[in-house]
Amino acid sequence: MLALVIDTSSAAVTAGVVDCAVDTAQGGPRVLSEQVIVNARGHGERLAPLIRQALAEAGAGMIDLTAVIAGVGPGPFTGLRVGLVTAAAISDARGIPAYDVCSLDAIAAGTVEPRRLLVATDARRREVYWARYVAGRRVGEPAVAKPADLPGEAEELADAMVGAGARLYADLLRLPLLDDVDHDYPAVRGLGLLAADRVRSGAPTEPLTPLYLRRPDAVEPVASKTVSQ
Amino acid sequence: MSPMASEALVLGIETSCDETGIGIVRGSTLLADAVASSVAEHARYGGVVPEVASRAHLQAMVPTVHRACEQAGVQLSDVDAIAVTAGPGLAGALLVGVAAAKAYALALDKPLYGVNHLSAHVSVDLLENGPLEEACVALLVSGGHSSILRVPRVGGLELTELGATLDDAAGEAFDKVARLLGLGFPGGPLIDRAARDGDPASIAFPRGLSGASDPAFAFSFSGLKTAVARWVEARQRAGEPVPVNDVAASFQEAVVDVLTIKAVRAAREQGVDHLLLGGGVAANSRLRELAAERCAREGIRLRVPRPGLCTDNGAMVAALGAQLVQHGAPPSALDIPADSSMPIADVLM
Ligand SMILES: Nc1ncnc2c1ncn2[C@@H]1O[C@H](COP(=O)(O)OP(=O)(O)OP(=O)(O)O)[C@@H](O)[C@H]1O
Ligand SMILES: [Mg+2]
Repeated sequence: MLALVIDTSSAAVTAGVVDCAVDTAQGGPRVLSEQVIVNARGHGERLAPLIRQALAEAGAGMIDLTAVIAGVGPGPFTGLRVGLVTAAAISDARGIPAYDVCSLDAIAAGTVEPRRLLVATDARRREVYWARYVAGRRVGEPAVAKPADLPGEAEELADAMVGAGARLYADLLRLPLLDDVDHDYPAVRGLGLLAADRVRSGAPTEPLTPLYLRRPDAVEPVASKTVSQ
Repeated sequence: MSPMASEALVLGIETSCDETGIGIVRGSTLLADAVASSVAEHARYGGVVPEVASRAHLQAMVPTVHRACEQAGVQLSDVDAIAVTAGPGLAGALLVGVAAAKAYALALDKPLYGVNHLSAHVSVDLLENGPLEEACVALLVSGGHSSILRVPRVGGLELTELGATLDDAAGEAFDKVARLLGLGFPGGPLIDRAARDGDPASIAFPRGLSGASDPAFAFSFSGLKTAVARWVEARQRAGEPVPVNDVAASFQEAVVDVLTIKAVRAAREQGVDHLLLGGGVAANSRLRELAAERCAREGIRLRVPRPGLCTDNGAMVAALGAQLVQHGAPPSALDIPADSSMPIADVLM
């Protein structure tokens, strides 16, 4: 029961294969392969070859897949869309379901977490995408904010923090950083873990709606200008 | 085996601007042309907003592929190759199509062809008028480009630019003039319509780069646009009504006059028998009419796709892809980029 796992919500381009029929000692499906390239502008060029490599490393072909699992962000738009349209097209072409996972949840799931955890990723423009977890469960919806604008005092928010955004803005967020680079980005294990039940039960396919959290930059023109000047 | 069955079934994906276009062709036969447009979402901004377009492409991709397959009566698994616009166009928008194309190619284990949007514009004609196995001259007139090309073979890997606009593209000029006349966006079709009720000879707008010493196959439309703006403002300052239909007709005449004169001259000089029109502005009714007239006078055969195939669509991408397959062009690698400024002479990435 193999699922292809894709996440492009961060500077990492991630592809892997998990076997959902197997529950490992750490909980969750067995990771058969994980390919990661950290290149914030490389999603469009790197993802497809990486998927091919991840399949090869797992000793699997497209034909062996029963599902596609995709991190739906939040994340910078352009890269995020590469992963989502790729997952949607593979799901469509193979006739297999696609399942979404919030990419911040995947980071949280990948950590042996303290009771209260803050996950923050890099949203560019000096902001972070963030969410809070208590006993492994997300509290509220993911959001985007300046690191200094997160609600409440740091110690009220969480016991520790994790993610590339937490690392980048450690001085502003002022919480102990779970200092393991493996947790900077959503990883295949966390993504697989959060969708494994759906893969096993053959749940209906999902639309893979991106978590943009920001409106498009667009300005409506003011009054029409004189053209001839 | 019938010749039909031996021809490649190609799925074409186009996302360079605001249309998610999926086309399916078999050889030079059009089977499906499905388009999802986000133009309505851009209208209030008076132009295409790249992020809005990219979001719409992601949403529309799989449903539009389904629509195309239904129209064509084929299964995705029947497809022999995937072609996609790799450039030029809006970077973020292109990327959605390119990523989707790679995924379909990978998942179906079929070759990928990352093609040039402009070559696709001048290849779509063969879906209607059949393959052309001899050199021709093409007038490519669209929202971002206005060029005269020598095309050794439609759908081939080579193509030479004989001349291009030095400033605005023809479509851009239509859009800007429509805006200043308060007609809306996109302006081309609106000017075309307004011009039908106007007198093309009522205002003598300038014909750019038409002097004896000007480059023979280059265009310039920004002076024309300014002339129209000045004329309209003078009217407004004088407190007189602006005869929108006459301005539209006279402006349009100035554009298509220069386009057709130069294109026909290029065809004659190149010694080819065919002039081919492509790109969104080739949908213009007056351009088609005048080109037909002038070609007939010179004994040149005019090839022009129906208006619906002139603007962006996936069929043109599939048409070019099918030619590349048929002539054994090497497929693109899975790591090709989307190139927002892909040169016009690069047909295949
Ligand atoms: N009937 C028409 N008359 C004149 N112009 C038209 C007509 N229909 C469409 N256009 C113009 O064609 C342009 C759109 O064409 P097209 O879709 O080929 O351009 P694009 O894809 O945005 O640019 P490019 O192909 O150069 O990348 C717009 O500028 C539009 O106003
Ligand atoms: Mg175009």
